[in-house]
Amino acid sequence: MSRNGPLALGFHGLVVLFMMAPLVVVCLVAFTPENTLSLPTSGFSLRWFRAVFERADFIHAFYNSLVLAFVAATLATLIAVPAALAISRYQFPGRNFFSALFLSPIIIPHLVLGVAMLRLFALMGVNGSFTWLMLAHVVIITPYVLRLVLAAAIGIDRSAEQAAESLGASRFTLFRKITLPMILPGVAGGWLLAFINSFDEVTLSIFVSSPATQTLPVRMYVYATESIDPMMAAVSALVIALTAAAMILLDRVYGLDRVLVGKH
Amino acid sequence: MSRGYLLSLPALVLFFGLLILPLGLTLVLSFNVFDYQVGVKADEWTFAHYLSLFSDSYFYEIFWRTFWISAVVTLLCVVIGVPEAYVLSRMGTPWRSIFLILILTPLLISVVVRAFGWSLLLGADGLVNQVIQALGGRPVKLLYTSFAVIIALVHVMLPFMIIPVWTSLQKLDPSAEQAALSLGASQATVMRKIVLPQVMPGVLSGTLIVFGLAASSFAIPGLLGGRRLKMVATVVYDQYLSELNWPMGATIAVVLLLVNLLIMLSWNRMVEGRYKKSLGV
Repeated sequence: MSRNGPLALGFHGLVVLFMMAPLVVVCLVAFTPENTLSLPTSGFSLRWFRAVFERADFIHAFYNSLVLAFVAATLATLIAVPAALAISRYQFPGRNFFSALFLSPIIIPHLVLGVAMLRLFALMGVNGSFTWLMLAHVVIITPYVLRLVLAAAIGIDRSAEQAAESLGASRFTLFRKITLPMILPGVAGGWLLAFINSFDEVTLSIFVSSPATQTLPVRMYVYATESIDPMMAAVSALVIALTAAAMILLDRVYGLDRVLVGKH
Repeated sequence: MSRGYLLSLPALVLFFGLLILPLGLTLVLSFNVFDYQVGVKADEWTFAHYLSLFSDSYFYEIFWRTFWISAVVTLLCVVIGVPEAYVLSRMGTPWRSIFLILILTPLLISVVVRAFGWSLLLGADGLVNQVIQALGGRPVKLLYTSFAVIIALVHVMLPFMIIPVWTSLQKLDPSAEQAALSLGASQATVMRKIVLPQVMPGVLSGTLIVFGLAASSFAIPGLLGGRRLKMVATVVYDQYLSELNWPMGATIAVVLLLVNLLIMLSWNRMVEGRYKKSLGV
């Protein structure tokens, strides 16, 4: 039951075109058989995808990013779930400060966090270490898990927990059997959103990674500032495909529209 | 009560160690004396970096450019994002969800990929120039200009405008619109008197987010602005990684953070105040 006039729909078409154009172009150029980035291409070829898989630096960076995002998202979830439960169900002095602090990396520019952590890591002599890069990522992705788990934890019915408690369930059993299943969509959605954000992060990582711990977005950024060839398009198309897969998963476990516009 | 602290303890330790501490160290660093021969002098203090920020025409130019580019980007996001959110909200199922996801998901795709996409479109023989030539025009230099940076930033920021506007449109009661129309109000009056006041909080918070993110954006000006078109974030990068003047870089970063927080907090307060007043609370 569309209530939009032809003018509104025309405008809408242009906006969709604008949002999709750069992504579509990247995917088209990735399949070019030629040496240049020109469009339209004369045919279809996978040569640039093969070229990507022959680049040890890109493969290594991709592997780094995957491990980094996986471990960082898991750690962020392990930290954010108890914090979300604390904030959503206990009244204690400093509670509002805690929630503002844990959500603050969303509004602090990543550039500022990047140079700040660079200073700390340089003083500690650990700059470029994979462990500290990962902990830096945990800080910037924890808010995403926290937000989704908070939304889930605030909405649940506490009576089942009270019943289990009165029947003598231990705190751990209570959490594992009652609370966790109820907040699971929030936890899984938060983990995935954290994973995507860590996997995409470039601004902070550029300051606190070394050539050995370089992530894929940092490798791509550095490569793109030096040269532009269709291999970059092939890498980008692979990143788009991987992100799309993660988004479909996110849609299944939590609902993409809920993550994006907070609909419940 | 103590359980609350216990459960937040891991997060608290992490955020003190890796957020508050490094930010504090950066603030300290911005007052340290820097010498090109020796490097950072950790026990000598100066205000020189802050002074040169306000007196050096190089920094003045960069702050001014960052400001006007962010302002233009914010304006374009309002002009495009608000009507688009409205059009989306008036669509029927399933189109509404499909287009909402289509327009908002680029948010989750790496900004490096999106910048690269724009460099393909705006390059010397990119699609945009091909269209211009096909229409009989001359090819234009688009890449590595403020135009390219603005277009790509609008692409990155538009979802951040559409989301809050969409959210406030969800609270709009469609029967209010219908009532006004049936009472003989024109479409324009309905827009002005019913829809716009309702979406203003969304527009304001979108404006704030977009401006803050645009002013601190790094990858887009870095990849599409080229070597000469610097913005605040790319200058910080230069100070840290090529000039190696960390105290100067720290100073710019501190100012960027303070300006960002200031806009966020004051705007938040203003928006809250106004809507509390209008609700009669």
